[in-house]
Amino acid sequence: MKKIVRNIVLIIATLLFILYAQKNFDSYTLSILNNIAIFAILALSYNLINGVAGQFSLEPNGFVAIGAYFTAILLIPAETKVDMFALVDPAPIILQMKAQFLPAIVIGGIAAALVALLLSFPVFRVRGDYLAIVTLGFGFIIRIFAINNPAYTNGAMGLNDIPSNANFIWIGSIALITFIVMIHIINSKFGRAMKSVRDDEDAATAMGINTFKMKTYAFMTSAFFEGLGGGLLASMLTTITPDQFSFLLTFQLLIIIVLGGLGSMSGALIATILVMGGMEWLRFLDDNIVLFGKDFGAHPGTRMVVFSIILIIMMLFARRGILGDKELFDYFKKKSK
Amino acid sequence: MNIDIFLQQLVNGASLGSMYALIAIGYTMVYGVLRLINFAHGDIMMVGAFLTFFATSAGMPFEVAVLIGIVGSAIIGILTDKIAYKPLREAPKISLLITAIGISFFLENLFTVLFGSTPKAFKAPEYLTKIFHLGNIYLPISVIIIPIVTLLILAIVLWILYRTKYGMAIRALAFDIQTVKLMGIDADKIIMIVFIIGSALAAVGGVFYAVSYPSIDPLMGIIVGLKAFAAAVLGGIGSVGGAVVGGFILGFTEIFVVAMFPELGGYKDAFAFFFLILVLLFKPTGIMGQDLERGRF
Amino acid sequence: MDNSILKIENITMQFGGVTAIKDLSFEVQKGQIYGLIGPNGAGKTTIFNIITGNLTPTNGFVIFENENITSTKPNRVVYKGIARTFQNIRLFKSMTVLENILIGFDAQANYSYFEAILRLPRFFKKEKEIRQKAYELMKIFGIEEFADTNATALSYGNQRKVEIARALATNPKLLLLDEPAAGMNPNETAELSDIIHKIKKDFDLTILLIEHDMKFVNAMCNQLTVLDYGAKIFEGKPADAIVDQKVISAYLGDFSHA
Repeated sequence: MKKIVRNIVLIIATLLFILYAQKNFDSYTLSILNNIAIFAILALSYNLINGVAGQFSLEPNGFVAIGAYFTAILLIPAETKVDMFALVDPAPIILQMKAQFLPAIVIGGIAAALVALLLSFPVFRVRGDYLAIVTLGFGFIIRIFAINNPAYTNGAMGLNDIPSNANFIWIGSIALITFIVMIHIINSKFGRAMKSVRDDEDAATAMGINTFKMKTYAFMTSAFFEGLGGGLLASMLTTITPDQFSFLLTFQLLIIIVLGGLGSMSGALIATILVMGGMEWLRFLDDNIVLFGKDFGAHPGTRMVVFSIILIIMMLFARRGILGDKELFDYFKKKSK
Repeated sequence: MNIDIFLQQLVNGASLGSMYALIAIGYTMVYGVLRLINFAHGDIMMVGAFLTFFATSAGMPFEVAVLIGIVGSAIIGILTDKIAYKPLREAPKISLLITAIGISFFLENLFTVLFGSTPKAFKAPEYLTKIFHLGNIYLPISVIIIPIVTLLILAIVLWILYRTKYGMAIRALAFDIQTVKLMGIDADKIIMIVFIIGSALAAVGGVFYAVSYPSIDPLMGIIVGLKAFAAAVLGGIGSVGGAVVGGFILGFTEIFVVAMFPELGGYKDAFAFFFLILVLLFKPTGIMGQDLERGRF
Repeated sequence: MDNSILKIENITMQFGGVTAIKDLSFEVQKGQIYGLIGPNGAGKTTIFNIITGNLTPTNGFVIFENENITSTKPNRVVYKGIARTFQNIRLFKSMTVLENILIGFDAQANYSYFEAILRLPRFFKKEKEIRQKAYELMKIFGIEEFADTNATALSYGNQRKVEIARALATNPKLLLLDEPAAGMNPNETAELSDIIHKIKKDFDLTILLIEHDMKFVNAMCNQLTVLDYGAKIFEGKPADAIVDQKVISAYLGDFSHA
């Protein structure tokens, strides 16, 4: 009983904070909060397939792109599309696609989930670690498709003038919903089954678990929320191009879920704030570096060198991240025993 | 397509296929002994090309520069294993894969910092870039030399694998690492040799690539690496011969499909991905693959 | 009347050049505790893997309750009513004892993915049911105090109990135990023996058991088959096995456990 009350209080508090922030914070702070919230959605979803189900995947940038493009096309009015598509005329179906904000992002999520289902068949029916390579390649393929089909995507020029319905109320609430959904999955037979597949797939099968089904459920769910996040991103940025959804996005999410602890949702939330803060703070590394009065010049890429070293060191010495595979509240539970 | 163009594309395909094959061998050998997809391997190809470039810019003769590139890459390969993979031998597989991604990203960004992200022109010596012609075909000599050298290298690798003690140990390791250790073989040394061979081959592939498309950039290893891995899976992961077969199939496909259907040109890089999906759907062990999972129970 | 629950019919298993099992046949009656013994490498675990569908035999059939399940997939074999434990205890390392056992109850918790996400009433009802059943099982094995402890923190003997409880949770008719007494001291072995007899009675089970420890086998099994190099060299009662010439020479007369 205590737990339910605690959870409801937390949810209400979060919703109140979201409303308050949207009303009172300045636009700069709100944009930071929006970015953190979207990354949180992506990190939480990524954590399900990687951390909970234990299937190493590099999918986020691909599914985020799918969600972004579907949502953008659904939100941009037809007249705008006619003007915007510079290389060729937009395909008729593109002009017909139209939806309100919430359905648009949900469709983005569903589209991503359906692609995930398609990918599940070649990858999960087979033993081996091919998921990572297939999803890595998939990210590149999406970009190739976007560039080579200007009638559908406006090619390399991308889409702009995307209506910006996405404010912190939308993004924050969806982040909250994502978190709740993930916790509900983990604390159910599906979460247990996914973890059993992670811990020992053969033993899981021996206990009757349909491991293909569990991996596919996890993958599709991750894809759905990543697509959702992509839709929110498109609406927030109002402009998307094929080059935006590069491997860098997946790499940042990887660092986040490792730092938070693979499998821990509350860990992923904490780590999102830490990593995004860290990325900003370390931005100076890509500018002119002046040490002891000597100007070493600007070397873009230094920041990511540091981050890759951090990831490697974490894997070698602190593999379990901040919260391991448990949630924040599990650590408080022990005291009451 | 007339005979001239056909022959020209045939040679181009063989040349491209050779590069994929050289890199695919490294992937397949490391996967064979460690069951690890070494994401950093494609970047080793980039490292080889850049070290060679750096050496030639510093004034060294081309042949020496290539040697430096090969040795340097082998060293980086060994270091990668020693620092990042060996400590995680007993860790869950996902930790190893994440670390490999970390190394890959690290190398890409390190070389971006060292050399800048703009592509560099790679100056290959006359005797490789000279254009010769046979009838109506005009080709740089490198396009002929690359497949020949590759096949020579392949012969050497196969000789090592099937006619030397170390090669036998490598093949045994692919089947059952525990038993091999129990027989007193130093598995770590064998693994090191695998990384040396794989990295050296990738470096040669990188030099060939640099000679053929005379510009290099720090991100060049990513796509090529991905494709080479797909080629390795196509040929049968774990099989060196398969890696070569897969590499050549991919090379020929890319060249010929684009030659015959120019409108598909933009999708050239996607062919590898489709091969990968097809293999996984219909014959996961690949063309020449052995079922490496047999000993699992 | 055919009271057999499991029939192994002419099973041959070849791996490349190696013949792991040679034309093996035996029959287990319902309600028996049947032993499968033999020296290391004789093929005992291989037979288990064939029964559970992890391996497909080169020849021969596995008949369970008069149904040919030779090519049935491993997770479906569980639905037919066969559960197993492993030689080297394979518990789910990140999960507690309770969570491990709840995995066994997965099929009985029949609520859908959406019902779980939306926390609809059936989710709560089924979760409560299986948790109750899990606690009942843990009580039988005397491990309910460890319910919320990580499974790997338990003693070896207790981990073995968790593994058997987990297998039992799948509601099997036939339970395959792969060297359940391995690594146990005499006290633990005696306790295990009592538990196995109890669960067999309470859950109406048939048990097929791989073992080395002849004393344990003697105390437990009604009937057994002895394997050597993949072939059957004896089938019958334990008391007769010990004095059989072929069995003695297969073990090189080594009955130091007996």
